[in-house]
Amino acid sequence: MALKKNIYEKIWDMHLVYEEPGRDAIIYIDTHFVHEVTSPQAFESLRLSKRSVRRPQKTFATMDHNVPTSDRSAPIKDVLSKKQIETLRNNCHEFDVTLFDMDTIQSGIVHIIGPELGITHPGATIVCGDSHTSTHGAFGALAFGIGTSEVEHVLATQTLTQKKSKTFEIRINGKRPSGVTAKDVILAVIGKIGTAGATGYVVEYTGEVIRDFNLEERMTVCNMSIEAGARAGLISPDDKTCDYLKERKYIPQDETWEKLTSKWKNFASDEGAVYDKTMELFVDQLEPQITWGTTPEQVTSINGSTPDLSRIKDPNKRKAVKKALQYMGLNENMPLKGLKVDRVFIGSCTNSRMSDLREASKVVKGYKTHSTVNAMVVPGSQSVKKMAEEEGLDKIFKEAGFDWRESGCSMCLGMNPDQLRAEERCASTSNRNFEGRQGKGGRTHLVSPVMAAAAAIKGSFVDIREWKYK
Amino acid sequence: MRSFTTLEGIVAPLEDLNVDTDQIIPKQFLKRIEKTGFGKFLFYDWRYLPNGKLNPDFEMNHPRYKEASILLAKENFGCGSSREHAPWALDDYGIKCLLAPSFADIFYNNCFNNGILPIVLDYPLIEELFKNVRQIEDFRLSIDLPNQRIKKPDGKTISFDIDSFRKHCLVNGLDPIGLTLEHEEKITEYEKEHGIL
Repeated sequence: MALKKNIYEKIWDMHLVYEEPGRDAIIYIDTHFVHEVTSPQAFESLRLSKRSVRRPQKTFATMDHNVPTSDRSAPIKDVLSKKQIETLRNNCHEFDVTLFDMDTIQSGIVHIIGPELGITHPGATIVCGDSHTSTHGAFGALAFGIGTSEVEHVLATQTLTQKKSKTFEIRINGKRPSGVTAKDVILAVIGKIGTAGATGYVVEYTGEVIRDFNLEERMTVCNMSIEAGARAGLISPDDKTCDYLKERKYIPQDETWEKLTSKWKNFASDEGAVYDKTMELFVDQLEPQITWGTTPEQVTSINGSTPDLSRIKDPNKRKAVKKALQYMGLNENMPLKGLKVDRVFIGSCTNSRMSDLREASKVVKGYKTHSTVNAMVVPGSQSVKKMAEEEGLDKIFKEAGFDWRESGCSMCLGMNPDQLRAEERCASTSNRNFEGRQGKGGRTHLVSPVMAAAAAIKGSFVDIREWKYK
Repeated sequence: MRSFTTLEGIVAPLEDLNVDTDQIIPKQFLKRIEKTGFGKFLFYDWRYLPNGKLNPDFEMNHPRYKEASILLAKENFGCGSSREHAPWALDDYGIKCLLAPSFADIFYNNCFNNGILPIVLDYPLIEELFKNVRQIEDFRLSIDLPNQRIKKPDGKTISFDIDSFRKHCLVNGLDPIGLTLEHEEKITEYEKEHGIL
């Protein structure tokens, strides 16, 4: 009987170009996404060393980190942002790379448009100079973030050198309570294993809860794998994966759909495949999650409180918690429910797809945002924006008092003008609550889209399970 | 790529756990299209007060650490974003070697690609070095990559592990792209086999 393999092992074996003892393996990269922030130095270095892009048709570019989410027809005021965007445009032109420019319907956050356009597919190796590349793992692709030197390496060789990672199976089982979303599940996982809990591993998420999730929910889970330190996070492909990708623009046309999908589904981990490490999370009792600190592992349930410092034995950890609480303007033993918010951000590659906006709009429908709250929705792509507008979601948000923006990374990292001011408290659907991430001195609480929407209405954090939908 | 063989230098401590790349180099400085000039923005939000003056409470700002070329850090250093601006900023500031109980994956790779040596040491050794660096003015370490040894001022040595291939590349300053291209015919073969033109 053939050896049982997990999905990572199958993709690895399939992409192995060359291996010799004592050095890293060379693996083939099927798809390379680039954006304006981490690519200019790679192209420049390529130019200086007189190298070319080996397979330009395997690289796709868009601008997302820097782009304003206000009116697209207005010129970009920030001179450096403008230059970075123009540099990407010029590089794509010079090296013959496909660019989804910011004024096109195909543009958006790189991790939203890849799957949307069908560029992402099962069994592929996908890299991008962005740590949230793990998002594409939801399709059963081996997808991970790389540095700029590696971006250059991929451009020049269409390969990367890698050491084979260990594998970590995270099983999510049980009956998911209503009001508990994919975001809550991944936050709970990070809370349990910590921000370095999966360092050195490629994670595969399995179990009935994962199977039950649609592809957008799976993307939310895989997206935050890096927040637990994982190299990549993936989910074995199934019928849902294939259905999502059907008829998307960049799906290979050279074989029949049946043949293609059967090939894709073969990448799924074999029954009985083994992993270097395994853990299981039961979600039956899981409550909506909210971060209270400055790293995603500093998370608890909405009915929880900030930690009791005297109960933290490790002095380093106690010091870190104390510093985080101070930064966040919180005390120990403080309940999170009822905590007032100033800003609400619904967006980012974690939670800005159609299902996120639909769920959030149901919460908002018929309500007005709290008078002291400034709330915004930033769709993940121009195509999500268009689709949401066709469904009338924009009207629901706008009538409630939300800002309805153009797509982009926006306030997830605040490279564009969308930023928190010092000490502003934000309910955010993004992925990082690091100090200053959304603006210097800003205080980020990571939550699900429905929790963020409810906080915008009430002006403080509430338990979404108690929400009165209109 | 720049090679790394030996280094003798002043050690600066950085107390925090899980130092993320947003702290190492905040996003407002990622708009440059060059690799150089990031040093003045290193740890920007911690290093400077709102009025632009150096923050006296940030330990690395102490005059005794001014010439530091070795950074002593805590676990999971470099977590978060893949921005290579983080090692560029460290390098430009003058940091050529890092010591920590653990590093985040992408950051660790990025260091090697820029001639910076990240060394993983057991937690008790790191704790001891934190004590040393605070007790002894002008505390210096000698790093010897070929022999995988760190020499302390009192003559004691600490040995460290490192992947032999990474060491080979760093000691010889090998260009990773050049190394891969030595096997270009294998890449072409792979592409033919898989119908990639």
